[in-house]
Amino acid sequence: MRLDVSDIRVERGGRRVLDGLRFVLQPSEALIVTGPNGAGKSTLLRALAGLLPLAAGRITVAGEEASSAREVAHYVGHTDGNKASLTAGENLCFWAAMLASEKSRSLPVAKAVEAFALTRIADLPVAALSAGQRRRIALARLFVAARPLWLLDEPMTALDANSRAILLAHMESHLGEGGMIVAATHRALDLPNARQLALRQ
Amino acid sequence: MSGALAALFWRELRIARRSGGGASIGIVFFLVLAAMFPFAVGPDLNLLARIGPAILWIAVLLSTLLGLDRLFQADHEEGSLDLMLMSETSLELIVLTKCAAHWLTTALPLVVVAPLFGLALAQDAAALERVTLSLLAGTPALTLIGAIGAAVTVSLRRGGLLMAVLVLPLTTPVLIFGVSAAGAGAADPAPFAILCALSLAAIAGAPFAAAAALRFGGE
Repeated sequence: MRLDVSDIRVERGGRRVLDGLRFVLQPSEALIVTGPNGAGKSTLLRALAGLLPLAAGRITVAGEEASSAREVAHYVGHTDGNKASLTAGENLCFWAAMLASEKSRSLPVAKAVEAFALTRIADLPVAALSAGQRRRIALARLFVAARPLWLLDEPMTALDANSRAILLAHMESHLGEGGMIVAATHRALDLPNARQLALRQ
Repeated sequence: MSGALAALFWRELRIARRSGGGASIGIVFFLVLAAMFPFAVGPDLNLLARIGPAILWIAVLLSTLLGLDRLFQADHEEGSLDLMLMSETSLELIVLTKCAAHWLTTALPLVVVAPLFGLALAQDAAALERVTLSLLAGTPALTLIGAIGAAVTVSLRRGGLLMAVLVLPLTTPVLIFGVSAAGAGAADPAPFAILCALSLAAIAGAPFAAAAALRFGGE
């Protein structure tokens, strides 16, 4: 699968945030999006995820024209997308059913929970967890529903050193299996096959 | 796809049970409204018996609105609405499933307790049966029309009142035919048939309107 973004323009509140942006992402490649606050990093990720409409340009997924990479992508944004009154396990079970397009390659919830060292807290309601733990539950979603493209907005936020190392290892193995990653970040991410895309204000 | 919708349905039911208050606060609000009317109208049993169905309908209408503003807002705030937009399941079906779960957890309990509260409004057995049936047939329309309002106001912080202002005028036909179906009974089946038609039309049309509003609101 290959992601082809050509000359996209995205407007928010009547203001052009992105204009004439183009890049190609091949399997096993990562794109690290950097730039100052307000440069349009989150806007780019949301546009790729199909959550913001394109004012111009187009996105091609695996040679087919699409308005976005909506159905092949995972989006982990600033909000975690988990219900506070449900447990971590219940939230992940729900997202597994809701998002899984390639069921055979998805991990069972118990395995995904283990991958982010969440086993001990999987039965607690999300409301009782810390910000870093909630973040890890959101990231465990990447495994319960296998999708080739990961759109990660500041993925390292609120994570401790240990969890950062775990996430980085998972990102590397995802790339190793032919997956793709677009990550917006302020921290340096040490990934193989990573290209930089610096956005300006 | 049906697996995804079933998972969504159970998630909604579980949240309603877990977070508590949803159904029971609606019933208490309904009780308060239904109990206030006799105080306002006075101790005239004949008058109360005549306007009882209308009181029950108004009370149910207002109680249904309670909590509807959070139907999509909670999902929007925590980001799960974004993720649902990215699933392969169509947003229209997601809206319909959420409405079904919402109706089951908030509107159906109101229909169930309506005959009890009707007793306090001097309704006889036949009238109780008619008004309960009319509520059962009409509340799906209320929930679904309300869902359009909830979708339009999804990104507004204090959208609750605005939603009520938007939704209440749209529910006028349901109210008119609901009350006349409760009053007419078997003598004239037309109002009840129209009430059912309103509910079916809302089930068919409202998910499209609400989904369009949600897609637009995500921007």
